[in-house]
Amino acid sequence: MGYQTTAEKMNAIFSDLSKDYLIYAPKRFVGDGTFTDIDTIRYGEITDLSEIEFAEKSDYSFKEVLLPISETLFYFTENEMKEADAPKKGAIVFLRSCDLHGLKRMDTIYLENGAVDTYYKRLRDNTKFILMGCENSFENCFCVSMGTQKSDDYDAYLKVDGDTVLVDSHWDYLDTALTGATQTQVIADSVTANDTVVTIPETVPQSLFDAPFWEEYGNRCIACGRCNFVCPTCTCFTMQDIFYTDNGKAGERRRVWASCHVDGYTDMAGGHAFRNDKGQRMRFKVMHKVNDYKRRFGTHMCIGCGRCDDVCPEYISFANCINKLNALVNDSAKEEN
Amino acid sequence: MLDLNTKKIKKNAYRVTKVRGETASRVRVPGGLLTAELLPLIQNIAETYGNGRIHLTTRQGFEIPGIKYTDMDAVNALLQPIIEKLNINQEIPGKGYTSAGTRNVSACIGSNTCPFATYNTTNFAKKMEQEIFPNDLHFKVAFTGCANDCIKTRMHDFGIIGMTEPQYEKERCMGCQACVKACKKKSVDALSVENYRIVRNTEKCVGCGECVINCPTRAWTRSPETYYRLVIMGRTGKRNPRLAEDFLVWATEDAIIKIVKNTYGFVNNYIDREAPGGKEHIGYIIDRTGFAEYKKWAMEGVELDPRTIVKGPVYWSGIHYD
Ligand code: HEM
Ligand code: HEM
Ligand code: SF4
Ligand code: SF4
Ligand code: SF4
Ligand code: SF4
Ligand code: SF4
Repeated sequence: MGYQTTAEKMNAIFSDLSKDYLIYAPKRFVGDGTFTDIDTIRYGEITDLSEIEFAEKSDYSFKEVLLPISETLFYFTENEMKEADAPKKGAIVFLRSCDLHGLKRMDTIYLENGAVDTYYKRLRDNTKFILMGCENSFENCFCVSMGTQKSDDYDAYLKVDGDTVLVDSHWDYLDTALTGATQTQVIADSVTANDTVVTIPETVPQSLFDAPFWEEYGNRCIACGRCNFVCPTCTCFTMQDIFYTDNGKAGERRRVWASCHVDGYTDMAGGHAFRNDKGQRMRFKVMHKVNDYKRRFGTHMCIGCGRCDDVCPEYISFANCINKLNALVNDSAKEEN
Repeated sequence: MLDLNTKKIKKNAYRVTKVRGETASRVRVPGGLLTAELLPLIQNIAETYGNGRIHLTTRQGFEIPGIKYTDMDAVNALLQPIIEKLNINQEIPGKGYTSAGTRNVSACIGSNTCPFATYNTTNFAKKMEQEIFPNDLHFKVAFTGCANDCIKTRMHDFGIIGMTEPQYEKERCMGCQACVKACKKKSVDALSVENYRIVRNTEKCVGCGECVINCPTRAWTRSPETYYRLVIMGRTGKRNPRLAEDFLVWATEDAIIKIVKNTYGFVNNYIDREAPGGKEHIGYIIDRTGFAEYKKWAMEGVELDPRTIVKGPVYWSGIHYD
């Protein structure tokens, strides 16, 4: 159901909701950027709609709400272990259409790919998602190429226009709370075209895995992992077992984000690493995003948010890499004919 | 027949050159940043009254050579819009620069452009220029954005090196160690890992911000306040060239401005009036009076942040030719 209401009314509703939910949205963190006097836009708790950064794309995605960068899973002593408590409150997350599609990728990995991940599930089950519209495409977005520019798989859509707030609710709590508000049809803002367009090759022949094409990335990539950490669909983690220093027999297990670009990702017991070459790491990531995942789960992993292109300190463009790969696939197909 | 008061000429930022009858005008550019619109004005002076050439000085000014002493008033008139645009304190409008002792306050490019910078060096340099110019005493002050010290503050009477106090949010750290590697390879190896988390050796850390720059998840961020390392009494020259030594570490802007201003009082009190041209350089004055006496004058009324470390006694080394 669609409603028109006021910011004041909506803030009051969120204030009530905050008794049971932590409300997360993209926020401006002034001066928190990599360089002096540069802000970061990333997820944080809000108490008022005015804190939400609607005008710009967030540098980091919402994924840290459901998959914390560092999450204690359980505590152990000599003979026993205890799972870490789940947060007492649920969560409400403001996010854009591409990210809502990203949520599906996370669900696939953590809920539908073999055993259900209980740590993910217990956060996920208590989270509500509120869509933020996109009036214009941002720099580097290619959601239209990935088919993620629209989504109605939300608990609510919300648009702030001065003092007016438009809501499309799929959530009975909001319908009740907005009883008496003007009912109106609310259609989420979405884009129909992006400046960046990518064409993904249907299949990439095995012969291109060692193509010289990847070597250039080996010289350019510095293995910082930023492209993975900002990506809403990168879901890799690794484990850290910590023994408390005052009592070496008790400790905790944490899981933390991992990145296939960063050193250590393919380290084995004994110290051998499988992918030392950064060009091959690029190949692995690109193939995971726009080839391997689809072969297994039916959709591409990448949702076209373009954050990897926004963030890369070496100006490596993932979108351009896909297009170059596509040209290469077409060329090699011609050669075979 | 020329009849000149060379002392007045020098005070007016003109040089007594080796070429009989010709002087050179020095244009100061505090912080080393100017808008391009001023370049044609400087070009015009060089082409109208100079020999068409411009020398870029080591202190980030312009020196326009080949000017006739008789044209100084005309040149001063042409300097006026430059002086105004660069917001230089001026005692008598239209008469050019009224002092030359306190040199142009220079700065590296800083946070306007450089990714390593911890603060806006140009803005602080301009602020300092406002506080100390014009003055006949020979002071050299330079600002640099980070511990790389591109402007070479350590060869100045006062060098101000930016510092940030890295803030660690452990919940945003996944232990990639990019910060540890950067600090070890590019800075002072102040970071170590304990239970997969990062420990910063606060005594070693120089506040360069490499950890902040290299952290991919914003676990490291900059402190809201900028801090500075104040290094003092570096110099070049004939007798005892030497690098400046640390005086204050983790100091604030206000403390630094106050100390530099206090130093003018110290020099006025102790300068050797019999020295050639009445000029004696601060560093040599401190060598005479001893550091303790200087510190007493310098710290008069200075309010320190609790973080600030004050060094003392300070010893300089360098090369002694005397
Ligand atoms: C040339 C021989 C082998 C290669 C190249 C190889 C390669 C690998 C790789 C790439 C992984 C994945 C590591 C990761 O994802 O972290 C792995 C895991 C593993 N491999 Fe092998 N492997 C080899 C032989 C063997 C043999 C002979 C055994 C057992 C007898 C074995 C048992 C395992 C096990 C148990 C794992 C761990 C799975 C896990 O971490 O969940 N591997 N191996
Ligand atoms: C009941 C028997 C076993 C259990 C429960 C077990 C369990 C595990 C677990 C939990 C891991 C770590 C997975 C991870 O870190 O992601 C692992 C890794 C591994 N295990 Fe076992 N394992 C068993 C037997 C064996 C045997 C018999 C071999 C070899 C003959 C073996 C070889 C390995 C190897 C090579 C790895 C991968 C090490 C790496 O990734 O660096 N495991 N195993
Ligand atoms: S962000 Fe760029 S440099 Fe960093 S790992 Fe990714 S591709 Fe490499
Ligand atoms: S691209 Fe790399 S880090 Fe991201 S999900 Fe795939 S393997 Fe993991
Ligand atoms: S691969 Fe890049 S564009 Fe695709 S979802 Fe990840 S960050 Fe966004
Ligand atoms: S001193 Fe630091 S801030 Fe200044 S230019 Fe050099 S590296 Fe950049
Ligand atoms: S760079 Fe950042 S995430 Fe990596 S270890 Fe250092 S603080 Fe942690």
